[in-house]
Amino acid sequence: MSFQILLNVFLAVIWMFLKNEFNGSTFIIGYMLGLGIMFIFRHFFNERFYLKRVNAVVLLLLIFARELILSNISVLKAVLKPSLDIRPGIFAFETVLTKDWEITILSNLITLTPGTLVVEVSEDNRILYIHAMDIADKDEAVDSIKNTFEKAIMEVSK
Amino acid sequence: MTAIVEILSALFLLMGVFLFLVSAFGIIRLPDVYTRNHAASKSSTLGIMFILIGTLLYFYYEHGHFDFRVVLAIIFIFMTSPVAGHLIMRSAYHTGVKMWDRSVQDDLKKTR
Repeated sequence: MSFQILLNVFLAVIWMFLKNEFNGSTFIIGYMLGLGIMFIFRHFFNERFYLKRVNAVVLLLLIFARELILSNISVLKAVLKPSLDIRPGIFAFETVLTKDWEITILSNLITLTPGTLVVEVSEDNRILYIHAMDIADKDEAVDSIKNTFEKAIMEVSK
Repeated sequence: MTAIVEILSALFLLMGVFLFLVSAFGIIRLPDVYTRNHAASKSSTLGIMFILIGTLLYFYYEHGHFDFRVVLAIIFIFMTSPVAGHLIMRSAYHTGVKMWDRSVQDDLKKTR
Protein backbone atom coordinates (compact mmCIF):
# COMPACT_ATOMS: atom_id res chain seq x y z
CA MET A 1 0.00 0.00 0.00
CA SER A 2 2.80 2.43 0.87
CA PHE A 3 4.40 1.66 -2.50
CA GLN A 4 1.21 2.66 -4.30
CA ILE A 5 0.92 5.95 -2.38
CA LEU A 6 4.57 6.71 -3.11
CA LEU A 7 4.04 5.98 -6.80
CA ASN A 8 1.03 8.27 -6.82
CA VAL A 9 3.00 11.14 -5.26
CA PHE A 10 5.76 10.50 -7.78
CA LEU A 11 3.27 10.74 -10.68
CA ALA A 12 1.95 14.00 -9.26
CA VAL A 13 5.49 15.43 -9.10
CA ILE A 14 6.06 14.39 -12.72
CA TRP A 15 2.85 16.21 -13.65
CA MET A 16 4.19 19.35 -11.91
CA PHE A 17 7.40 19.09 -13.92
CA LEU A 18 5.44 18.64 -17.17
CA LYS A 19 3.32 21.72 -16.47
CA ASN A 20 6.29 23.69 -15.07
CA GLU A 21 3.97 25.00 -12.32
CA PHE A 22 5.04 24.22 -8.78
CA ASN A 23 2.09 24.83 -6.48
CA GLY A 24 -0.47 22.93 -4.45
CA SER A 25 -3.31 22.94 -6.97
CA THR A 26 -1.15 21.51 -9.75
CA PHE A 27 0.00 18.81 -7.34
CA ILE A 28 -3.60 17.91 -6.54
CA ILE A 29 -4.56 17.75 -10.24
CA GLY A 30 -1.52 15.57 -10.91
CA TYR A 31 -2.46 13.35 -7.97
CA MET A 32 -5.98 12.87 -9.35
CA LEU A 33 -4.66 12.06 -12.82
CA GLY A 34 -2.15 9.66 -11.31
CA LEU A 35 -4.96 8.02 -9.37
CA GLY A 36 -6.84 7.45 -12.64
CA ILE A 37 -3.76 5.97 -14.32
CA MET A 38 -3.12 3.67 -11.36
CA PHE A 39 -6.75 2.58 -11.37
CA ILE A 40 -6.42 1.52 -15.02
CA PHE A 41 -3.22 -0.41 -14.29
CA ARG A 42 -4.40 -1.87 -10.94
CA HIS A 43 -3.97 -5.49 -12.07
CA PHE A 44 -0.22 -5.08 -12.25
CA PHE A 45 0.10 -4.49 -8.50
CA ASN A 46 0.53 -7.40 -6.13
CA GLU A 47 -1.85 -5.88 -3.57
CA ARG A 48 -5.31 -4.50 -4.21
CA PHE A 49 -5.90 -0.89 -5.24
CA TYR A 50 -5.07 1.24 -2.20
CA LEU A 51 -8.22 3.38 -2.11
CA LYS A 52 -10.13 0.28 -1.00
CA ARG A 53 -7.96 0.00 2.06
CA VAL A 54 -8.29 3.72 2.79
CA ASN A 55 -12.06 3.23 2.58
CA ALA A 56 -11.86 0.34 5.08
CA VAL A 57 -9.84 2.46 7.51
CA VAL A 58 -12.41 5.27 7.33
CA LEU A 59 -15.17 2.72 8.00
CA LEU A 60 -13.26 1.45 11.04
CA LEU A 61 -12.93 5.00 12.40
CA LEU A 62 -16.69 5.52 12.01
CA ILE A 63 -17.32 2.29 13.93
CA PHE A 64 -15.00 3.56 16.68
CA ALA A 65 -16.98 6.80 16.99
CA ARG A 66 -20.35 5.03 17.01
CA GLU A 67 -19.26 2.53 19.65
CA LEU A 68 -17.87 5.28 21.87
CA ILE A 69 -21.21 7.09 21.89
CA LEU A 70 -23.26 3.89 22.40
CA SER A 71 -21.06 2.75 25.29
CA ASN A 72 -21.43 6.11 26.99
CA ILE A 73 -25.20 5.86 26.77
CA SER A 74 -25.13 2.39 28.35
CA VAL A 75 -22.78 3.49 31.17
CA LEU A 76 -25.06 6.45 31.75
CA LYS A 77 -28.05 4.17 32.08
CA ALA A 78 -26.26 1.82 34.49
CA VAL A 79 -25.00 4.63 36.71
CA LEU A 80 -28.13 6.75 36.88
CA LYS A 81 -30.53 3.84 37.40
CA PRO A 82 -31.91 3.98 40.97
CA SER A 83 -31.41 0.26 41.67
CA LEU A 84 -28.00 -1.29 41.13
CA ASP A 85 -28.94 -4.54 39.37
CA ILE A 86 -25.81 -5.16 37.31
CA ARG A 87 -24.15 -8.58 37.35
CA PRO A 88 -20.50 -8.17 36.37
CA GLY A 89 -18.19 -10.98 35.33
CA ILE A 90 -15.22 -11.99 33.23
CA PHE A 91 -15.68 -14.14 30.13
CA ALA A 92 -13.22 -15.56 27.61
CA PHE A 93 -13.44 -14.62 23.96
CA GLU A 94 -11.58 -16.47 21.24
CA THR A 95 -10.35 -14.31 18.40
CA VAL A 96 -9.35 -15.28 14.89
CA LEU A 97 -7.01 -12.33 14.42
CA THR A 98 -3.29 -13.08 14.57
CA LYS A 99 -1.16 -9.97 14.04
CA ASP A 100 -0.22 -7.83 17.03
CA TRP A 101 -1.61 -4.56 15.71
CA GLU A 102 -4.91 -6.21 14.81
CA ILE A 103 -5.33 -7.50 18.36
CA THR A 104 -4.42 -4.07 19.75
CA ILE A 105 -7.10 -2.41 17.65
CA LEU A 106 -9.62 -5.12 18.50
CA SER A 107 -9.02 -4.73 22.24
CA ASN A 108 -9.28 -0.95 21.97
CA LEU A 109 -12.60 -1.39 20.17
CA ILE A 110 -13.84 -3.84 22.80
CA THR A 111 -12.90 -1.38 25.52
CA LEU A 112 -15.06 1.21 23.82
CA THR A 113 -17.98 -1.21 23.29
CA PRO A 114 -21.01 -0.87 25.57
CA GLY A 115 -20.31 -2.62 28.86
CA THR A 116 -17.10 -4.50 28.07
CA LEU A 117 -13.46 -3.92 28.98
CA VAL A 118 -10.44 -6.09 28.20
CA VAL A 119 -8.67 -7.46 31.27
CA GLU A 120 -6.02 -9.66 29.73
CA VAL A 121 -4.76 -11.06 26.44
CA SER A 122 -3.55 -14.65 26.78
CA GLU A 123 0.09 -15.57 26.13
CA ASP A 124 -0.56 -17.11 22.72
CA ASN A 125 -2.67 -14.14 21.55
CA ARG A 126 -5.70 -16.32 20.94
CA ILE A 127 -8.02 -15.58 23.84
CA LEU A 128 -9.11 -12.22 25.18
CA TYR A 129 -10.47 -12.07 28.73
CA ILE A 130 -13.20 -9.46 28.85
CA HIS A 131 -14.85 -7.94 31.89
CA ALA A 132 -18.53 -7.32 31.19
CA MET A 133 -20.63 -4.90 33.17
CA ASP A 134 -23.65 -7.14 32.74
CA ILE A 135 -22.91 -10.77 31.96
CA ALA A 136 -26.46 -11.22 30.65
CA ASP A 137 -25.51 -9.16 27.60
CA LYS A 138 -22.52 -11.39 26.94
CA ASP A 139 -23.85 -13.18 23.87
CA GLU A 140 -24.88 -9.92 22.29
CA ALA A 141 -21.43 -8.46 22.90
CA VAL A 142 -19.71 -11.54 21.46
CA ASP A 143 -21.95 -11.34 18.40
CA SER A 144 -21.20 -7.71 17.76
CA ILE A 145 -17.46 -8.24 18.26
CA LYS A 146 -17.41 -11.18 15.87
CA ASN A 147 -19.59 -9.73 13.14
CA THR A 148 -18.69 -6.06 13.17
CA PHE A 149 -15.23 -5.48 14.58
CA GLU A 150 -13.31 -8.55 13.48
CA LYS A 151 -14.78 -8.24 10.01
CA ALA A 152 -13.90 -4.55 9.75
CA ILE A 153 -10.34 -5.15 10.95
CA MET A 154 -9.86 -8.06 8.57
CA GLU A 155 -11.13 -5.86 5.75
CA VAL A 156 -8.28 -3.45 6.49
CA SER A 157 -5.54 -6.06 6.69
CA LYS A 158 -6.67 -8.20 3.75
CA MET B 1 -24.48 31.34 11.16
CA THR B 2 -22.44 32.38 14.18
CA ALA B 3 -25.49 32.01 16.41
CA ILE B 4 -25.91 28.39 15.30
CA VAL B 5 -22.23 27.67 15.93
CA GLU B 6 -22.41 29.35 19.33
CA ILE B 7 -25.36 27.18 20.35
CA LEU B 8 -23.65 24.08 18.94
CA SER B 9 -20.41 24.66 20.83
CA ALA B 10 -22.35 25.44 24.01
CA LEU B 11 -24.21 22.16 23.56
CA PHE B 12 -20.94 20.27 23.11
CA LEU B 13 -19.49 21.84 26.25
CA LEU B 14 -22.60 21.08 28.29
CA MET B 15 -22.70 17.47 27.11
CA GLY B 16 -19.03 17.05 27.97
CA VAL B 17 -19.52 18.43 31.47
CA PHE B 18 -22.58 16.21 31.94
CA LEU B 19 -20.57 13.14 30.95
CA PHE B 20 -17.84 14.12 33.42
CA LEU B 21 -20.50 14.38 36.10
CA VAL B 22 -21.85 10.94 35.20
CA SER B 23 -18.39 9.42 35.35
CA ALA B 24 -17.79 10.98 38.78
CA PHE B 25 -21.13 9.60 40.01
CA GLY B 26 -20.18 6.22 38.58
CA ILE B 27 -16.89 6.18 40.48
CA ILE B 28 -18.75 6.91 43.71
CA ARG B 29 -21.69 4.58 43.15
CA LEU B 30 -20.37 1.44 41.50
CA PRO B 31 -19.21 -1.36 43.80
CA ASP B 32 -15.68 -2.48 42.80
CA VAL B 33 -12.58 -1.44 40.84
CA TYR B 34 -13.61 -3.17 37.65
CA THR B 35 -17.06 -1.64 37.29
CA ARG B 36 -15.76 1.76 38.38
CA ASN B 37 -13.18 1.52 35.64
CA HIS B 38 -16.00 1.11 33.11
CA ALA B 39 -17.42 4.46 34.13
CA ALA B 40 -14.07 6.19 34.44
CA SER B 41 -12.54 5.09 31.16
CA LYS B 42 -15.54 5.57 28.89
CA SER B 43 -17.52 8.56 30.04
CA SER B 44 -14.56 10.80 30.71
CA THR B 45 -13.04 10.00 27.30
CA LEU B 46 -16.11 11.13 25.41
CA GLY B 47 -16.59 14.02 27.85
CA ILE B 48 -13.17 15.50 27.24
CA MET B 49 -13.54 14.96 23.50
CA PHE B 50 -16.83 16.86 23.48
CA ILE B 51 -15.30 19.73 25.47
CA LEU B 52 -12.36 19.97 23.08
CA ILE B 53 -14.65 19.90 20.02
CA GLY B 54 -16.72 22.69 21.58
CA THR B 55 -13.67 24.89 22.16
CA LEU B 56 -12.41 24.16 18.65
CA LEU B 57 -15.69 25.26 17.06
CA TYR B 58 -15.96 28.35 19.26
CA PHE B 59 -12.48 29.67 18.57
CA TYR B 60 -12.74 28.89 14.87
CA TYR B 61 -15.97 30.77 14.22
CA GLU B 62 -15.68 33.52 16.83
CA HIS B 63 -12.02 34.42 16.42
CA GLY B 64 -11.14 32.82 13.07
CA HIS B 65 -8.41 30.86 14.77
CA PHE B 66 -8.17 27.17 13.94
CA ASP B 67 -5.97 25.53 16.53
CA PHE B 68 -4.67 22.24 15.26
CA ARG B 69 -3.23 21.32 18.65
CA VAL B 70 -6.78 20.75 19.88
CA VAL B 71 -7.37 18.24 17.07
CA LEU B 72 -4.12 16.51 18.01
CA ALA B 73 -5.22 16.40 21.64
CA ILE B 74 -8.51 14.77 20.62
CA ILE B 75 -6.66 12.12 18.61
CA PHE B 76 -4.13 11.41 21.39
CA ILE B 77 -6.79 11.08 24.08
CA PHE B 78 -8.86 8.84 21.84
CA MET B 79 -5.88 6.55 21.27
CA THR B 80 -4.48 6.41 24.79
CA SER B 81 -7.44 6.26 27.16
CA PRO B 82 -8.67 2.74 26.27
CA VAL B 83 -5.11 1.48 26.78
CA ALA B 84 -4.94 3.19 30.17
CA GLY B 85 -8.24 1.61 31.17
CA HIS B 86 -7.00 -1.82 30.12
CA LEU B 87 -3.74 -1.44 32.06
CA ILE B 88 -5.49 -0.39 35.27
CA MET B 89 -7.84 -3.37 34.88
CA ARG B 90 -4.98 -5.78 34.30
CA SER B 91 -2.79 -4.59 37.15
CA ALA B 92 -5.78 -4.66 39.49
CA TYR B 93 -6.49 -8.26 38.52
CA HIS B 94 -2.88 -9.36 38.92
CA THR B 95 -2.46 -7.77 42.33
CA GLY B 96 -5.47 -9.79 43.45
CA VAL B 97 -8.13 -7.14 43.86
CA LYS B 98 -11.38 -8.93 44.66
CA MET B 99 -14.35 -8.65 42.38
CA TRP B 100 -17.71 -7.63 43.77
CA ASP B 101 -19.43 -10.55 45.58
CA ARG B 102 -22.36 -10.45 43.20
CA SER B 103 -20.11 -11.10 40.20
CA VAL B 104 -21.22 -14.24 38.43
CA GLN B 105 -18.42 -15.54 36.26
CA ASP B 106 -14.64 -15.57 36.19
CA ASP B 107 -13.10 -17.42 33.27
CA LEU B 108 -9.66 -16.00 33.86
CA LYS B 109 -9.33 -17.71 37.25
CA LYS B 110 -9.36 -21.16 35.68
CA THR B 111 -6.23 -20.51 33.65
CA ARG B 112 -4.08 -19.60 36.64
